[in-house]
Amino acid sequence: MKAVVTNKLTKKFGDFVATNEITFDVAQGEIFGFLGANGAGKTTAMRMLCGLLKPTSGEATVAGFDVYKQSEQIKQVIGYMSQKFSLYDDLTVRENIRFYGGIYGLNRTNLKAKSDAIIQQLGLGSVADKLTVSLPLGWKQRLAFSVALIHDPKVVFLDEPTGGVDPITRRQFWDMIYEAAHRGTTIFVTTHYMDEAEYCNRVSIMVDGRIKALDTPGALKQQFGTDSMDGVFQILARGTSTK
Amino acid sequence: MNRFFAFVKKEFFHILRDRRTLLILFGMPLAMVLLFGFALTNEIKNAKVAVLDFDHGQHSRQLTDRLLSSGYFQLTRNLTAYRDVEATFRQGHVKLVVIFPVGFTHDYAHGGKAQVQLLTDASEQNTAITLTNYATNIIQGYQADQNPSDARPSMQIEVQSQMVFNPELKGAFVFVPGVMSLVLLLVSALMTSITIAREKETGTMEVLMVSPLSQLQILFGKVLPYLLLSFINGCIIIALGVFLLGIPLNGSLLLLLSETLLFIFLSLSLGLLVSTLADTQLVAMFISMLVLLLPTIFLSGFLFPIDSMPRFLQIVSTIIPARYFIDIVKGIMIKGVGLADLWRPTLVLFLMATVLMAASLKNLKPRLN
Repeated sequence: MKAVVTNKLTKKFGDFVATNEITFDVAQGEIFGFLGANGAGKTTAMRMLCGLLKPTSGEATVAGFDVYKQSEQIKQVIGYMSQKFSLYDDLTVRENIRFYGGIYGLNRTNLKAKSDAIIQQLGLGSVADKLTVSLPLGWKQRLAFSVALIHDPKVVFLDEPTGGVDPITRRQFWDMIYEAAHRGTTIFVTTHYMDEAEYCNRVSIMVDGRIKALDTPGALKQQFGTDSMDGVFQILARGTSTK
Repeated sequence: MNRFFAFVKKEFFHILRDRRTLLILFGMPLAMVLLFGFALTNEIKNAKVAVLDFDHGQHSRQLTDRLLSSGYFQLTRNLTAYRDVEATFRQGHVKLVVIFPVGFTHDYAHGGKAQVQLLTDASEQNTAITLTNYATNIIQGYQADQNPSDARPSMQIEVQSQMVFNPELKGAFVFVPGVMSLVLLLVSALMTSITIAREKETGTMEVLMVSPLSQLQILFGKVLPYLLLSFINGCIIIALGVFLLGIPLNGSLLLLLSETLLFIFLSLSLGLLVSTLADTQLVAMFISMLVLLLPTIFLSGFLFPIDSMPRFLQIVSTIIPARYFIDIVKGIMIKGVGLADLWRPTLVLFLMATVLMAASLKNLKPRLN
């Protein structure tokens, strides 16, 4: 079963078409990169898949559930991490983990096991009972990602998860993404960092609400005759701006 | 249900870890009750008076003594002629002039009907009204002593009816219900709208919306801690009023607490409504201040009597919830009346709360999406 399937998914805000008949699918366990300039419609598309927005027309399923009728079931099986993270600064590391575990309905024993595992895995033992506000940005991002995975979701949506950190920290973050994908979690990630696009299994590039290109990074580079994803992106983005 | 409790627990962490929140929650009611109860009281002590006694009779002297021994008035001058009155007022120290006409004692003793004139400096309107009321009251007390039988009182002096329940016009009696409604409104409406706006600002609201928590669970999770804290606050204010400021609690405590809960529920609905309009904490604060707190302070009858407002503002004041709550609290605590006399304001509050809650729930869906 495909993790995400969309067919001519469209969202209009008044006269403005934010996403225009986008069609794609994402396989289970795939790392799917969703690229586009600001305002290209990637956040709108992601919000429709997460059940935060009702589509205007078209079809979409997430983990086999219909976005129109089964948004409650979808919420149970997806994880979400926004660019602003999802952690509460005035809660401790452990309390943040337990809170998210709690609202996803984990029982007490499971919750305890999960929090211990996450704290150990991220090496946060010494700060587990410190307020989250004191953590460095990179740590917060990795904690937010672990928290987004606390209920073992089938698909996890990451909306520009690595904003504002250096490439090394980004690389560490991507190691976690690979690990999660390896365990079978589907990763749906938006980004503007082109080095991150290279890490994805497949990449789609949105321009003005439409998907202009969708393939593996290697195939895209070949198709556009350039040696970097940045080159591909420049060609697509400039292509529309001169038209 | 466990999900809901996880959420409520988190809310309590937010509240208990934020010193400013705690200070507003528990410091403010205390400060306001003390400030309004003791410092800003509109009770008047030792107001300067002048007496113009044309009578020089037994009753005019006794009445003057009685006025001066009440503690409210302090004699500055004895006037001898009418023309002195205006000059005295112009100097600005004297707030009240009592004039006994010629033949006062005679008229009173023989005709059973005498007149005394009270002139007040109306440039300070509230003081003037208060002083007139004080003096009138004392004169009536004198008259009652003079007429031990049930005979009809004979002096012609107008009496303000609202003084029946608060003969000394104690400031605290008027202020405490006002402070109570203000604090409850502040805690319930302001804090709730700010805490929801904060989640929107930090982006955590989005994450909550993606989680399996329903919108209602999120809302009630936000509201429940403040409902509890507001109620505790209400109890603290009532206790301070009764034990510290000596306000009577003549009516039913149970009814008072139920009405308090009703008003808290109304304030929380207002807070939710504000939060549907505000996406940042700052906006939430401004809306709460401008639309909720200022009208409550100025138009609820808390600081300025509704009866002396211009007609237009009187009409506006009918939509201020605190106005009804203040009436209810005064009714229960001071007059000791029950629901039979208070069903009207109670019904108004109930309807307001229902409409506001429905409006905020309706408004909330598209805004959060």
